[in-house]
Amino acid sequence: MRGPRRLGGLLWEIGVLAAVGALLAFLGLPLVSLLVRVPPRELWARLAAPASLTALRLSLETSVLATLLVVALGLPAAYLLATRRFPGRRLLEVVVELPMVLPPTVAGVGLLLAFGRAGLAGRALGVLGLSIPFTTLAVVLAQLFVACPFFISSATAGLREVDGRFADAAATLRASPGYAFRHVLLPLAFPSVAAGAAMSWARALGEFGATIMFAGNLPGRTQTLPLAVYIGLQTDLQSAVALSVVLLILSFTILLGLRYAHRFPHAPWVARAPGDTR
Amino acid sequence: MARRSRWLLLLGALPCLAPAAPGRPAAPSPTLTVYAAASLTKAFADLADSLKTREPGLVVTFNFAGSQQLALQIEQGAPADVFASADQRWMKALSDSGLVAGTPAIFAHNRLVVIVPAAAALARLQDLARPGVKLVLAADAVPVGRYARQALANLSRLAGFAPDFARRALANVVSDEENVKAVVAKVQLGEADAGIAYVSDVTPEIAPHVKRIDIPDAANVIADYPVAVLRRAANPAAAGAFVRLLLSPVGQSVLRANGLVAAAGG
Repeated sequence: MRGPRRLGGLLWEIGVLAAVGALLAFLGLPLVSLLVRVPPRELWARLAAPASLTALRLSLETSVLATLLVVALGLPAAYLLATRRFPGRRLLEVVVELPMVLPPTVAGVGLLLAFGRAGLAGRALGVLGLSIPFTTLAVVLAQLFVACPFFISSATAGLREVDGRFADAAATLRASPGYAFRHVLLPLAFPSVAAGAAMSWARALGEFGATIMFAGNLPGRTQTLPLAVYIGLQTDLQSAVALSVVLLILSFTILLGLRYAHRFPHAPWVARAPGDTR
Repeated sequence: MARRSRWLLLLGALPCLAPAAPGRPAAPSPTLTVYAAASLTKAFADLADSLKTREPGLVVTFNFAGSQQLALQIEQGAPADVFASADQRWMKALSDSGLVAGTPAIFAHNRLVVIVPAAAALARLQDLARPGVKLVLAADAVPVGRYARQALANLSRLAGFAPDFARRALANVVSDEENVKAVVAKVQLGEADAGIAYVSDVTPEIAPHVKRIDIPDAANVIADYPVAVLRRAANPAAAGAFVRLLLSPVGQSVLRANGLVAAAGG
């Protein structure tokens, strides 16, 4: 009896390892191919070119701004979804999650029809002399739209996991809801909130489809790294690959940082998270 | 035992997932794949209908995009039978890489036109240089983008235009679009104040939404459209038939009906 079972176990292990190896090769090969295509010295020269630096700077500025907006607007939504029960809660959940699965080009057309000159909100803005399409603001809005769900779902899950007794205890000590949120709920959920913000940042950095639809493509104003890669592919393959490598390294670093962020579960504004007994 | 035989079945099904081996001489495929400049979208769809009545059973599939993008895809091994480019530059790029069979033939010409939203106040070409006008062009790598920049430079030399007309018009560019249809869409939606496209892009569907401002002959740039059968074509017979149809009087009249200029002698 024991022999076949041990053999079965061995086959299981081999099967799992083979499948993981195949997956790793499939995911890793395109990444390695990007890395080896341009020799390091040439890579550096191409990245130092003004056009590359302009796209890089624009990408960093817009994605950081978009992430700050995601957190500012997303945290109240996550708080509401995590702590309250109200009619329409599921609908709200679906609405804030939708951009995650929506094709970015659809998001771009939607943004254009809403905030474009002939759009519902765009016409009102036009009266004030504001026009959003083809501006850097349009880039930020496109990133905000597609990156929001990543933050909200992670933050909501984190806030929901916090033991309700902590909030109850804060309430019995007459902490206001705002005080309890800042000093009890948020510090305990901090790793998930930070992880959500990092995911949103990575998504904003990689945003392409909605951006080219809604913001167009102009170097220095709306041409972010992904757009520069796409346009560059058609004229200057090596530079496009060099920019791809930058995006790859940035995204990799963000995701890797995310893994290590969990080792530092303290919110920066409290000395020690409540309930942390280490 | 039953479980094992199920696994064997799965293994047997695996080859279906494998990509078809390249270069294997197979029975003539009944499909024809045409890579064509975005500006040819309507004309080529009409031509395919005409080809299908001549060769029943033939499935014609198109890939319409900026010529520069199509050339890149073909260089990277995309399975195309015919390439129709909106300029000589990208056809030459493929010729130089040895990807074209025979000599490319010019099958059509196209002219540029300025388009503005139907409700727009812009009426004169000179307005393109007015401060605050949102001008959308195709990127410089896209044939129509290059032609448009040439036309703007030509206009600067005409009487009635300021010598810095082109410079000021280019300063008004708010987006370098990836192909001509994206330019038209931005104007059609009213997001851009003006764009430069081909005459053939103002199709009957588009015409009600945009106004045309003609570019005088002295400044207009005539686009040459070359077509060729590709060396790696899976269906060279059908590809040849398509090119012959394109150059025939029937093909040329379809092109004319779609706003293109028929090639001389066609």
